[in-house]
Amino acid sequence: MKLGDLAELAGRNLREALLRNALTTLGIAVGVASLVAMLSLGVGLQEVASKRLVRAGQFDKIFVLSGPGFRGFGDGPRPPMKTGSATGESRPLDENARQRIARLPDVLEVYPTVQFTGDVRYAGRTTFVRVSGVPPSDRTSENFENIRGAFFSGLSAEEVILPVEFARRLSNPANEQPGAMLGRVLVLRYPERRALASPKTGQRKAPEAAPEGAGADPDFGIGFSVALREKQLRVVGILEPLPPAGPNAPGRIIIPLQLAESLNVVKAGDLSDVTRAPGEVSMYQSLTVRVSSPLQVAPAEDAINQMGYTTISPMDNARSLRRFFAILDMFLGIFGSLALAVASLGIINTLVMAILERRREIGILKALGAGDRDIRQLFFAEAGAMGLLGGVLGVALGWAIGRAIHFGTTIYLRRHEMTGENVWSVPWWLVVGAVGFALLVSLAAGIYPAARAARLNPVEALRYE
Amino acid sequence: MSDSNGLAIRTESISRHYAMGTSLIRAVDEVTLEVRAGEFVALLGSSGSGKSTLLNLIAGLDRPTSGAIYAHGRDLARMNPQELARHRSRTVGMVFQAFNLLPRMTLEENVELPLRLAEADRGERDARVRAALERVGLGARLSHRPGELSGGEQQRAALARALVNRPTILLADEPTGNLDSRTGEEILNLLREFNQSSQASPGMTVVMVTHERALADRYAHRIVFLADGRLVEREGSG
Repeated sequence: MKLGDLAELAGRNLREALLRNALTTLGIAVGVASLVAMLSLGVGLQEVASKRLVRAGQFDKIFVLSGPGFRGFGDGPRPPMKTGSATGESRPLDENARQRIARLPDVLEVYPTVQFTGDVRYAGRTTFVRVSGVPPSDRTSENFENIRGAFFSGLSAEEVILPVEFARRLSNPANEQPGAMLGRVLVLRYPERRALASPKTGQRKAPEAAPEGAGADPDFGIGFSVALREKQLRVVGILEPLPPAGPNAPGRIIIPLQLAESLNVVKAGDLSDVTRAPGEVSMYQSLTVRVSSPLQVAPAEDAINQMGYTTISPMDNARSLRRFFAILDMFLGIFGSLALAVASLGIINTLVMAILERRREIGILKALGAGDRDIRQLFFAEAGAMGLLGGVLGVALGWAIGRAIHFGTTIYLRRHEMTGENVWSVPWWLVVGAVGFALLVSLAAGIYPAARAARLNPVEALRYE
Repeated sequence: MSDSNGLAIRTESISRHYAMGTSLIRAVDEVTLEVRAGEFVALLGSSGSGKSTLLNLIAGLDRPTSGAIYAHGRDLARMNPQELARHRSRTVGMVFQAFNLLPRMTLEENVELPLRLAEADRGERDARVRAALERVGLGARLSHRPGELSGGEQQRAALARALVNRPTILLADEPTGNLDSRTGEEILNLLREFNQSSQASPGMTVVMVTHERALADRYAHRIVFLADGRLVEREGSG
C-alpha cells in the first residue's frame, strides 16, 4: 500500500474509536510530558550553573604561568594545574609568548594579570588599597552586573570602579552615601618602576623600549629605580559585593587594564629582572587567556601546555559538576521514561483491542488483496500516529509544566528576596528527541499487535461476527 | 486470460484437512476440477459440503493441505504470501453472502479500497470507482454508507468493489443467500452480464457457490456438486 493511503486509512481507523485512541494518545502525551519536564529541569539547572560560572568570568578563561610549580599565593585549595614542561624548567612568558598564544584557534584575547598595591587619597584620608586592571571584555561579566554608574568609558580612561564596601569606607568620614562618590575624583599613589640612567650618557631608557619596565641592559646598568607617582582617577562605578575571589578576581579597586599597564608599577616579580642575564627580555607574571566558549578551554589548554607553559583552568573543577549533572539528567530521564513505558502498555492494549474489534475488517482487507505486510504496516502506522501525536502534545504539555515550574520558582525566589532564575530549559534536541522517542516507543509497542493482526487467518477472520 | 489449455482454474487432487481434537475434518478431499476461461460454474452442495472452502482455496485465502491449484496456469500452492495477496488483488474478485462492506466507509470509499491495496494510480481511481458503481446501478449513491442501503444494493456495491480491479475470475460465495428471490435474481443477472460482457476474451470466469439448485440451473453453464468435501457429480446446464 502507498504511504498516503496507509496514512489515510490509519487516520480513519484512529478516528473511528476516537475516545479510546484519544485516551491512549493522552497517556503517551503525559509520559512524554513527564520526560520533557524532568529533563528540561535537569538541563535548566545545568544551564543556570554553567551560565553563572561563565558569567563570573571563570569558565572561559585559562591562566598561564611560566614556572611549573607556581600554585599561587596564600592558603586554601588551588585549581588543578597542568604543565607542559617535562624538565620542570620555566619558559619565558614574554610578549612573544603572548602573541603566539593569541594566535591559537578560538582564543579571543590574551592579557597580562596586572595587580599591585598602592594608596588612595580621598577627603583628606589615605587608605591602603589593592588595584586590579580589568580588560574591556569584563564589562559583560557577572562581576559588573550590579554596577551602579557605568563601566569605563575608554581603554585607558583615568577612571576607577569601587566595590561598595570600599566606597563606604572612603565616604564615611565625609558623611556621604557611597553612591554620592560617583563622579568624584580620588588620587591613587603607587610605586612606579623607572629605568636607571645610563652611566655613559646620563639618559634614561624610554619606557616604550621596555614595555614591562626596564629589563637588564648593560648600557643602562642592572636594576631599576622606584619613584612615587600619583594619578587622579574619577569614580565611574560602584560595585555590589563581589563573588568569592578566583585567581583573577578584581582587587579592591578596579581600573582599566591598559591604564594599569601604562602606569608601569613595581610588581612582585620585578626583582627577578635584576638577576636576569643581560639581553633577556622582561616577562609577565601570568597571562589570562579568554577563549570563545567553555568547550574550547581544554583544546586551548592542551595547545598552551605543548608550548611549554603551565596552565590553570577553573573549568577543571567544573568537570565534577558536569559529571553530577550527567548523572542527574540520567536519573531524571529514567523516571520520565517510566511514565512513557506505562503509556506504551496503553498502546499495546488499544491495538490488541482494535484487532479483536476489527477482526472481520482485517479478513475483508485480506480478501480484497491486502498482504500480511499491508496489515502490519497499517497497525504500525496507527501506533506511530498515536506516538507522534502523543509526542507533540507531550512536548507542549511538558513545556507548559516547565513554565509553571519556572513561574512558581520565580515567585518563591522573589518572596525570599532572591533574583528569579530560569531553572527550566527545553532545548531543540529535547523536543526532537522526545517526539522521536515517543514515536520509537509507540512503534515498539505496536510490534506485537501488528504481527498478531498480520498473522490472522483471513478465512477465520471473515467468519468472525 | 487463460492457460494454454484455455483453463482459468484447475485444481489437481486438492485437499484441505483440519485437525479438530483427535479427529480429522476433510473439508475438501482430493478434488480435481477444471474451469474454462469465461465459464460460469456453480458449486452446489449442502451445508458443510466444502464448497466455500474450495472457493477460498481458489481465491488464495486458504492454502490446500495437498494438491495443486492453478489460476491461469500459476500454482497458488507455490506462491508466497505476498504473491497470494497479489493474486487476490489482481486476478480474482470476491463477493460474499454477508456483503462484507466496511460499514464506516461510504460506497465510494468501499469500492476504492481494492484500488488502494493494488496501489492503483490516484488519478485514475475516482473514474474507476464511479464506473464500477454506475455499472451496478449505484452511481447516485456514492456518498452513502452501507447501513443506508438495502441488502440488494449492498450486494451490488460489493459486486462493484469486486470488479473495480478488473479481475478475470469472479468468485461469489452464496451471493443471494441474504436476499429475497427477486433481488437475488437481479444480482445473478448482473453476474451473468459480467460473465458475458467482459472485455477480456472470452469473458469473465465466474465461480458461484450456492445451495439453490434452481438459480444454478438458470444462470450457470455448469454445476459441480460437492458432498463431504468430494466432487460427486458434474452436470451441464442451459
